[in-house]
Amino acid sequence: MEIVIQQIAAGLATGGIYAAVALALVMIYQATELVNFAQGEMAMFSTYIAWSMINAGMPYWVAFFLTIVISLIGGVLIERFVIRPVEDAPILSIVIVFIGLLVIFNSLAGWIFSYVIKEFPSPFPSHAIVIGHIQFGSHDIGSVIVTLVVLALLYVFFRFTPLGLAMRAAAQNPVSSRLVGIRVGWMLALGWGLAAAVGSVAGMMVAHKVFLDPNMMSGILLYSFAAALLGGITSPGGAVFGGFTVGVLENLVGSFVPFVGNELKLTVALVLIIGVLLVKPSGLFGRTVVTRV
Amino acid sequence: MTALLKVSGLNAYYGRVQALFGMAFEVQEGGITTILGANGAGKTTTLRAVCGLTRTEGQIEFNGNAIGSKATEDIVRMGIAQVPDGRGTFVNLTVEENLRLGAYTRKNRSLVAQDFDRVYHLFPVLLERREQQAGTLSGGEQQMLAIARALMLRPKLLLLDEPSFGLAPLVVKEVFEVLRQVNKEEGVSMLLVEQNASLALRLADDAYLMETGQVVLSGPAQQIGEDESVRRSYLGY
Repeated sequence: MEIVIQQIAAGLATGGIYAAVALALVMIYQATELVNFAQGEMAMFSTYIAWSMINAGMPYWVAFFLTIVISLIGGVLIERFVIRPVEDAPILSIVIVFIGLLVIFNSLAGWIFSYVIKEFPSPFPSHAIVIGHIQFGSHDIGSVIVTLVVLALLYVFFRFTPLGLAMRAAAQNPVSSRLVGIRVGWMLALGWGLAAAVGSVAGMMVAHKVFLDPNMMSGILLYSFAAALLGGITSPGGAVFGGFTVGVLENLVGSFVPFVGNELKLTVALVLIIGVLLVKPSGLFGRTVVTRV
Repeated sequence: MTALLKVSGLNAYYGRVQALFGMAFEVQEGGITTILGANGAGKTTTLRAVCGLTRTEGQIEFNGNAIGSKATEDIVRMGIAQVPDGRGTFVNLTVEENLRLGAYTRKNRSLVAQDFDRVYHLFPVLLERREQQAGTLSGGEQQMLAIARALMLRPKLLLLDEPSFGLAPLVVKEVFEVLRQVNKEEGVSMLLVEQNASLALRLADDAYLMETGQVVLSGPAQQIGEDESVRRSYLGY
């Protein structure tokens, strides 16, 4: 029993990471109906920026917040200068641009920082927290708290601020948004910025566990994609729910289903993706999009 | 009376297809102008062109300023609100959020609060449905919401694209009564595009008849209503 609870707790910790990246995917999907395949690599690159600053002697939390700001600006710039020019291009061309971004960030990180695996510090104490007979890693608990805070802040932003409302409107109905004076182009760019910022938090939290290298996010992006699909890729709340579910599921299946073990864990995500697409393509909380032709 | 909106020699394009050919018309300060015409004559395109939603050539002058090359967002900020065809409400947002978006460009909070009261007074049903998602409203209620949202901008000029479309006759009457009231009491000028010609001609001061992207007949609404060919083609008697 104790092992189960421990595995669930560890699952929630990685689940929070998946939830954050899944939310970043959903934010861009809602505005553009496209999955940004470069989301993971952008987060990885942000984490390298944080690593460089910490390595140069900057306190962890200063580097943490500075990285969020840099990622936000970086996301806006990528939308403005890379995505904007192909805005009206066919879907396939845009997907190719996403894949191009993925490869560029991956190679750029390898070129600048080398492919040698690096340790990434944790801001939380290294000793475990013991409740009853069960041990919880303090980084696990800390990263769950950090992701929950980020998600809560995003919720408040989108739900209660005029800018958040304008961003939701712009994603839903660009023409009507322009007709009430919303600068839709900037809202899209800001959406990219926020997605990049959320991704950077996920990267910095997960890097301590999986260690920092240019391929760190590839598996995580897959899990996050599964999470977003499970929750419904049109539903931010669903993405968060899906993230935590996938995290827990991955850990439980990995530990208790003998033939899966650690080696086949990634398959869980793939099975989940195919399963959701076959059984309920709109996910648990997504809405079915009906298009009139 | 001076012209608030003055359009001349207006061409508009969808991609390579030209939809307007030297369109010309005016909306007087405080007046209501209607544009009549069959499906595909270019009425909706004309409204879209005024708001900068299509590629255009020619002169569009609003309140003495040339707005032909301005971006939609800036044209809206000058005081032109549009109720687009198909209503264009934000279906996944609540009624109140829709109205708040209507006042997105305005900074004076107390005036915006006044306008909330004003549109809830004009359309009491919206007050009842305040927290409901716009997509769950009936067609008539959505049209009222679209008009209310446009009024939240406090526009000088209101562009209306077929406000009677798909509505029950009683609802149409209610909507047009509100439009008349807003025009008379607050002096909001209007440009009204309608399929229902007799309804439009009763509300409007000036009327233009469009065919294949240009004006073929214009004059005071009453006079156009008495025109033999208009009566036969558009009024049906």
